[in-house]
Amino acid sequence: MMPPSNSRGTATDAAQRPQGAKPVRVRRLHLPQKLRNLELFLLLIACGINAAAVVLVQLGALGHVDTTLVLLGAGLSVLVLCMHVVLRLVARDADPFILPIASLLNGIGIAMIYRIDIANGDAGWDSSAVRQTVWSALAIACAIAVLLIIRNHRVLFRYTYVAGFIAVVLLLLPLVPGLGREVSGARVWIGIGSFATFQPGEIAKIALAVFFAGYLVRNRDSLSMVGKRFLGMRFPRLRDLGPILVVWALSMSVIIFQRDLGTALLYFGLFLVMLYLATGRLSWVLLGMTLFLGGAVIASQTLEYVNGRFTNWLDALNPDVYGANGGSYQLVQGLFGLAKGGLIGTGLGQGRPDITPVPQSDYIIASLGEELGLAGLFAILALYLLFVARGFRIGFAGNDDFGKLLGVGLSFVVALQCFIVIGGVTRVIPLTGLTTPFLAAGGSSLVANWVIAALLLRLSDTLRNQPRLVI
Amino acid sequence: MNRELKRVSIVVMLMFVALLTSTTIIQVFQADSLTADARNTRTLYDGYSVERGAILVAGNPIAQSMPVADDYKFQRTYSNGPLYAPITGFMPINGSPTGLEHALNGELSGTSNAQFFDKINSLITGQNAKGASVEVTIDPALQQAAWDALGDLTGSVVVTEPKTGRILAMVSKPGYDPNLLTVHDNQKVTDSYESLVSDTSNPLIDRAINALNPPGSVFKLVVVTAALESGKFTPESTFPNPGTFQLPGSSSIVINSGGGTCGGGDTVTIATALRLSCNIPMAELGLQLGDKAIRDTAEKFGFNTDYSIPLNVSQSAYPLELDDAQLALSAFGQTSVRATPLQMAMVSATIANGGVEMAPNLIDQILAPNLSPLQSFEPRTLKRVMSAETAATITQMMVNGVQDGAASNARIDGVNVAGKTGTAENAADDPYTLWFTGFAPAEDPKYAISVLVEDGGGLGQTGYGNLLAAPIAKQVLEAVLNK
Repeated sequence: MMPPSNSRGTATDAAQRPQGAKPVRVRRLHLPQKLRNLELFLLLIACGINAAAVVLVQLGALGHVDTTLVLLGAGLSVLVLCMHVVLRLVARDADPFILPIASLLNGIGIAMIYRIDIANGDAGWDSSAVRQTVWSALAIACAIAVLLIIRNHRVLFRYTYVAGFIAVVLLLLPLVPGLGREVSGARVWIGIGSFATFQPGEIAKIALAVFFAGYLVRNRDSLSMVGKRFLGMRFPRLRDLGPILVVWALSMSVIIFQRDLGTALLYFGLFLVMLYLATGRLSWVLLGMTLFLGGAVIASQTLEYVNGRFTNWLDALNPDVYGANGGSYQLVQGLFGLAKGGLIGTGLGQGRPDITPVPQSDYIIASLGEELGLAGLFAILALYLLFVARGFRIGFAGNDDFGKLLGVGLSFVVALQCFIVIGGVTRVIPLTGLTTPFLAAGGSSLVANWVIAALLLRLSDTLRNQPRLVI
Repeated sequence: MNRELKRVSIVVMLMFVALLTSTTIIQVFQADSLTADARNTRTLYDGYSVERGAILVAGNPIAQSMPVADDYKFQRTYSNGPLYAPITGFMPINGSPTGLEHALNGELSGTSNAQFFDKINSLITGQNAKGASVEVTIDPALQQAAWDALGDLTGSVVVTEPKTGRILAMVSKPGYDPNLLTVHDNQKVTDSYESLVSDTSNPLIDRAINALNPPGSVFKLVVVTAALESGKFTPESTFPNPGTFQLPGSSSIVINSGGGTCGGGDTVTIATALRLSCNIPMAELGLQLGDKAIRDTAEKFGFNTDYSIPLNVSQSAYPLELDDAQLALSAFGQTSVRATPLQMAMVSATIANGGVEMAPNLIDQILAPNLSPLQSFEPRTLKRVMSAETAATITQMMVNGVQDGAASNARIDGVNVAGKTGTAENAADDPYTLWFTGFAPAEDPKYAISVLVEDGGGLGQTGYGNLLAAPIAKQVLEAVLNK
């Protein structure tokens, strides 16, 4: 543990000082060591749960404890503890819950991916769990780098349009011939050679959030003040419609060219929420939703894959839909798995999540539901909700609009992604291919979400460092 | 901005509430129907991956799960498969189980309510749950004797214990090997199943409890019971004894088997008619009794009723509506009267047990994996079908039938066998169905038996009950009585 630095007096120091002695200047209302100590405490619990999960998987699926994959538990623990130390150095006042939650979700994800590996007989470099651990290392390294490089989030404001440009480039990358890869119908991957595939769209969502935040803060006045009143609402001028039309076109092109409904929904939802936050105009949201729904309805009529998704969603158990090529087989198998889990689950390593196609990525939530039951899923959803709530806190407590918008945007993107993918698996909405943040196997998703965690940590640190009278 | 933020927070909350609701609906409210879905392979694998309990005969497994290294973890194997197939049934990987594998699936797979605490226990200790074993009432020596006695004939032998209703032997031929249907290869299972289904001798049918044939003369036991119980008739009641009998309201004619009158004379008694198995006096008796009296007695014996042993037994039938011609025919087990071999064994067993019918039962006890009994099956009285006097009277008539009558081929030296044969007509040119039912020893009945030979025993319309069915009963009873 770090010794208290001299420049930052603590309340304990002050309280223990004998009466009459010259009081130390108390510069801060919040006590950084307390926050970091709480974080460490929670982190150790998270690491303990992660290690226990790997052991339970081994006991359940292998029948004995095996040391070869202790690496999985220990590796991740070392990484997140490194990040904790970095936080003690460069972001002492950062939110103490974000890192433990991310670590726990990441660890449970690795345990479940490892469990699927055992069922599939994968080991060594074939093992998704080993690759996921390596990706976690890379992702956490990126997160640490973000914390070290970005000491003040306002720096990002300067790069608003650069971020926008990067987002568009990243989105277009998979369409570049020779670079793009098509996986299960969606063209959202890039690859070099036969391996190292990457989903640039995951990173693009961060760049988009930065761009939207910067752009909206600059232009909110013209977007919110001007316009004609109609039906009790102020609608924007035609020339101010530019940005929403651009983002709409972008989302539609993702649907059409990359065949990825989920990502399009994610980007557009993010934009709408940030637009609403910045302008306070419900008319924008209505306009945007009309545009998107209109586009989606047209797409479902004209694009076969979108139409299929809707049929699978509405009529999953119909034998014809179930048996069709690209039908609801996967969805229904996921439901069977969830049903098998029931209230308390089969126990880690004791279900049959491997029956469902892609149980370690798109369907990891069904796998977890099977083995941890409804109780486990509620716990996981509560973790996500808490993570998002910590992000929203930045929005509520922050006092610069760019930071507020960015914080809420980044946490909302996590919430929306959870909703789209878990809602797809549990038939709230049509199934679309997105990764479950932190849990699902996939490097790009891990990197993106850890960077989001790092940005939220940075934002929450700045928030508490700002002098203020009342919090 | 905070006002908007609050609203967005509410939207996020609603999104998560939707997820909590949807997962709850799936994992709690729809869980049962999803688990029961035929396409749910998890349910199927679960049925295999628990170490399913064994089915035991006299302590030896006739069906058991052997560990194997594949997805199913256990291979169900049947020792002496064809012999016990009507009892065990089989448990295929791609279809529904049959026989006891189906009827006691909950117990065998460890999911019945009686095993609830075992399940909790295995959840806590982390040990794999095991199913309970089922001990059946079958006597292996009798089962084997019945199997051997039936030879290559198509049919069935059922032996029960009259005092308890325990089923001691239950054979159905032609048999099949259930092991062919439990291999862990979908295609092979389907092929074996298809060839069994397309086999015209229907080997998959358990004839002991599911084959419905006209009972013919063995049904006369029911009609005589109805006559004696009515109080209007005694064994010495007489009927006209013509050589032919015209059915009322019909041009059809009934004759006695073998032609001629029934033992000579102008009149004939019920006792003689039963001993010699004559049709004309029975038709006359039936017309006098009326269909209601016969139906009531038949239903007391168990006709027109479902029961489970716990295999489901097909309903033996006495028709609900009859004209006079059909009534006369029904009195000797023709027209649309139908019976299973088990039902006829129950008729004999009831007479043997002084008129009290015991519930037929195939299960002795259910044993937990640690062999402690979970459930025992005590003999259960169904009802009194007839008075003890009537039972004694009919017993005497049946003994006479074996000693000096139409069932003479069931005679065993040194043992009084009570018996009744039957030779039932099917459609005009079809082979006869041959029957024997009875019990022994007559003074202290230990075994009630019924033998069914379908397809005329290969002799078309020239075979008869005493020629083919009675010797089978004799051979089976000798195997256990002459020890």
